[in-house]
Formats: sequence, C-alpha cells, structure tokens
Amino acid sequence: MQKGYTLYWLLPALIVAIIYPILTDNVMLRETIFLILLSITLSVSLNIIMGYTGYVSFGHIVYYGIGAYTSFYLMYAYKLNLVVSILIGGVFASLVAFILGQAVLSLRGAIFAIATIGINEAVKSLISNIPFLGSAMGLYFDFSIYENYGGAIKAIWLSYYLMGILTVFSVVSAYCIKKSKFGLGLFSIREDQDASSVLGIKTKLYKSIAYAISAFFPAIAGGIFAFKSGNIEPSGAFNLVKSIEMIVMVMLGGYGSIAGSALGALIYEKINGVLVVLPYVKDLHLAVSGLILLIIVQFAPGGIVGLLTKYFKNLRKVLE
Amino acid sequence: MLVWVNAIINGVLIGLAYAIAALGLNLIWGVMKVINLSHGAFIALGMFAAYLSIKLLGFSVYTALIPIFIAGLAVGTVAFFVSLYRVLNEKELSTLLSTYALSLIIIGLGTFFFTTNPRAIDTHMGSFTLGYSSISYARIIVGVVSLLLAAALYLFLFKTSLGKAIRAVSQNPTASKLYGINTTLVLSVSFGIGVAFATVSGALIASLFPFTILSGSVYELKSFVICVLGGLGSPAGAILGGLILGLLENILTLKIPVDYMPFIEFTILVIILLIKPSGLWGRR
Repeated sequence: MQKGYTLYWLLPALIVAIIYPILTDNVMLRETIFLILLSITLSVSLNIIMGYTGYVSFGHIVYYGIGAYTSFYLMYAYKLNLVVSILIGGVFASLVAFILGQAVLSLRGAIFAIATIGINEAVKSLISNIPFLGSAMGLYFDFSIYENYGGAIKAIWLSYYLMGILTVFSVVSAYCIKKSKFGLGLFSIREDQDASSVLGIKTKLYKSIAYAISAFFPAIAGGIFAFKSGNIEPSGAFNLVKSIEMIVMVMLGGYGSIAGSALGALIYEKINGVLVVLPYVKDLHLAVSGLILLIIVQFAPGGIVGLLTKYFKNLRKVLE
Repeated sequence: MLVWVNAIINGVLIGLAYAIAALGLNLIWGVMKVINLSHGAFIALGMFAAYLSIKLLGFSVYTALIPIFIAGLAVGTVAFFVSLYRVLNEKELSTLLSTYALSLIIIGLGTFFFTTNPRAIDTHMGSFTLGYSSISYARIIVGVVSLLLAAALYLFLFKTSLGKAIRAVSQNPTASKLYGINTTLVLSVSFGIGVAFATVSGALIASLFPFTILSGSVYELKSFVICVLGGLGSPAGAILGGLILGLLENILTLKIPVDYMPFIEFTILVIILLIKPSGLWGRR
C-alpha cells in the first residue's frame, strides 16, 4: 500500500501536546491533556475493530474495565509494580477478547452489537458480586501505595507519562496495522466478508486478532486511570455511556481513519468541556451531544475526515 | 409451597408487562431490521407521562393509558422521520447511533426537566392474601391490560389491511412496494406503534415500581433479553420471552441473591445469541 503522510504531522503534534505540560509544569493543563489522551487511545483502538472490520463493538468498554480491575487488583493485593500490572492487565484483556471473539465475532451487524452490550453488562454484574473485588462498592488504594513511586505527586506524573507513551504507541500500531497486509485483509472483511473468505483470508483469525489488539490499549488505559484515581468500582469501569462515547468519537472524526479517530476524540472532549462549563447548557449537555451525533449520522456519515476529503481530495494522504 | 405459587403468579403478571415493552422493540426490528436504542428513553417518557397525568390532570393511571398510547404513536411517528428516515438503508451502525442519539436527546431533556430524583405512583389498589403472601390488585390489572394489548396487536396485524401491509413489508419491502404499498407510511406507523407500546409499558411498570428518568435503560436491556429469548421479530416469541424472564426473576430470587439476576440474564442473552440466534421460538 502506498505510504501516506498522516504520521508526519500527527505524531509531532501528539508529542508536543504531551511534552508541553511537562515543560511548563502546568497541572491544570496536564489533567486536560490526560483526559484527551485517554479518549484518543480509546477511540483509536476502537477504530481497529469498528473502522477496519466494520464490527460495531458497542460494549467495548468491557475491556477497559477488565484491564483496570486486573491491574488494580494486582497492585492492591500483591503490591506489584504499576508498569508490570498494567501490562498484565492488557495481555489478560486481549486474551479474554480473543477467546470471546472466537464466539461472538461469528455474529454479524446489529446482533453482534447487542451481544457486546450483553457481555459488558454480564461482566459488570458478575464483578459487582465478587467479594474480594469489593463487590458493588469497589476497591480503594491505601494511600501508602504511592510511596513506592515517590509520593502521590510523582505518581500522578508517572501515570501521565505512561498515558502519553500508550497513546503514541496505540496511534503508531493502528497506523502500522492499517498499512500492513493484515490491515488490508481487515478492510476486505469490512467490504465483503464472504468474498474475502473465498479469496483465502482467514477471516475468523483476522477478526479475532484485530479484536484482541483493540482490547489491549483500552485495558492498559483503564489500568493507568484506576491507578491515578486510586479507586475502582463496577459502575465506573464498565460504564456503557463511556462505551458509546467512544463510538461517537470515532464517528465524529471519521470511521476507519486514524487521524479521524484522534481528531474526533479531541473535538468531542473539547465540546464536552465547553458544554459542561456553559451555565444554561450545563444540564442539557447530554441532549446537545445527542443532537450533534444525530446530525453527524444523518448528514455526514463519514465524519469530519469524510467531509474534508470529499471537498479536498489532496488531503487523502494526510488524513488516513 | 405457597411461596412458589406466589412467585409464579407474580412472575407471570410482571412478565406480561415486560412482554409489552419487548413487543414494541420486536415489531420495529421485525419490520425495519433496526434495533431501537431509544426504546428505554420512550419507556421512561411513558413513566413520566403517567406520573404527570396523575399529578397535574388528576387522571387515574389506567385512564391515562389511552392518551399515553395515542401520544406515543404520534411522537414515535415523528421520531421516525427525525432519526431514521434518512439512514434506513445505511449500515446497522447508522441506525443504532441515530436511535441512540434520539435517546440521548430525550434523556438529556428529561434530566433537565425532571432531575434524576426517584418518583412513585400510588395506585391505592390494595391487595389480597394468598396463604402467607399477598398479591396486589395493581399487578393483576397490569397483567390483564398487557394481555389485552397483546391481543389487540395480534388482531391489528392479522385482521386489518394496514396490519397486513406491515407484515408484508417486514417479509419483503421491495415486493410490497411493487404491489403499491406505501412503505414509508407503513414504516413510520410501525415505529409509532413500537414507541406507543414502549410508553404504555413504561406507564404500566410505573404503577408498580418507583422509577427515575434513567430507569428506562434497565427495561430496555430486559427487552433485549426477552426479544433474544423469544426470537427477534416474532411477536409470540416476545410474549413467551417476557413470561420466561418474569418467572426467572421471581423464582430464582427465592434461592439466590437478587444481585446476581443481571448476570444471569445477560449470560442467557449472550449464550442464546451464540447457539440459537433465531431465539427459542424462532423458525429458520
């Protein structure tokens, strides 16, 4: 596949955004950028299954929750190092996704979407009933756990660095997958699964691997987020609304496009930030995001990238 | 022993109310292959419509059902043109998101006007005792009304020309268009009926349990489970599924903590989707 220029501007932009709060030591900005990075990671990784293969994983947040719970529990009960725990959490969630994928990816279209909602709700309800995971109340860190990382302040900075690394890593992986032969196979599944299977693509294996990869990054992000906030509970970790926000971000930016998912996440976070602050709109921000989503789906199904590339054909190589 | 009888009676009665909610979802899926993610929002609207008509207009919850049904029909028909008409032939993602956007708008406005405080409707109906436990008359009325509604839907679908047109479109939209059926009208009316069933079931459920503006999503998820149990698109299946779910909820909770119920329900959902996607009742 021909080489594009997306990473040449996307990566520097990301890195500058990540480094800026570190240099200026601006804590407020760090918090804002942390949330944006989290959203970018989530939407870019959801895009790997949703944008590349066309499988709408409605309950994708389940892997964020599984990763968060796994790594949080390892740190909580065994005092394991943060980096080791989140990696274990990521691998575990991918494994779960791969195994579940063997079964649920044989479903298509809306039925698959319903099944993923079902999986998320089932896991949430199961964890709410497991006593050693804190049941519905969740788990809380003992504050002393941050001592191993040089105090709470340093620990929060550490989680910020990790989130930055994760975001860069997820964007680069998504790009490499898209440009690889594997990615081409995924796109052919999106266009016509039966035809691509006739052409010799192992559709089941391809889909499952894509699903496992798209579960990996959210799981790690969940682990970092749980470490940073110091507590975890089922209704926060398996929040279906957040799952749908991920889909909105991908749709807003442009489905299938990496630059689109990243831009979608950025713009969605910005819009949300503005709406929550405005005095009259504050209580209505749910309704306003619904309206935005409705307008995108009805009038611009390709999202922002779809609109831009429709009018400016030269931008295609820049906005992959 | 009497505990079991009681659980079975309560299960059947509440199962019928669930079945009405699921019938609306099922009709929409059957006719236009759309999973209506705004279903829960409309159930919540029905709950608040019942609440407001009692508080402001002084109706009883049962007389309010008729205006709620008509309003649901009208709102649903309009909602079809707002959210679905343009994207009906697109991929599932578009229809899922479009109906979800509608739900966000309704829930957002609802939260703004009604807040998320819990409310309840007192029907003053009393109850009668059966052995040690009691069954309230309100539940019996809910069960009977649900049965009547299901029967009315059956008569409508099989005996009236519009109902026959709906069934024709659900079997083959292109052929029905060729036979001169106004498919846009049929689709919008079926969406309207689906929404009307959602609002009425909301009103019925509100007469039994306390609710908030967010309660709709609980019953929406139950409706999914029911539709999958009975087979997506099969009206008789929705009733069977509703009864199964109502009975499961009431009988299993005699033995296991009620907190495990969602886990069991959704595990059933996923397993049935995997091994028999056409549902227990489904053909194919």
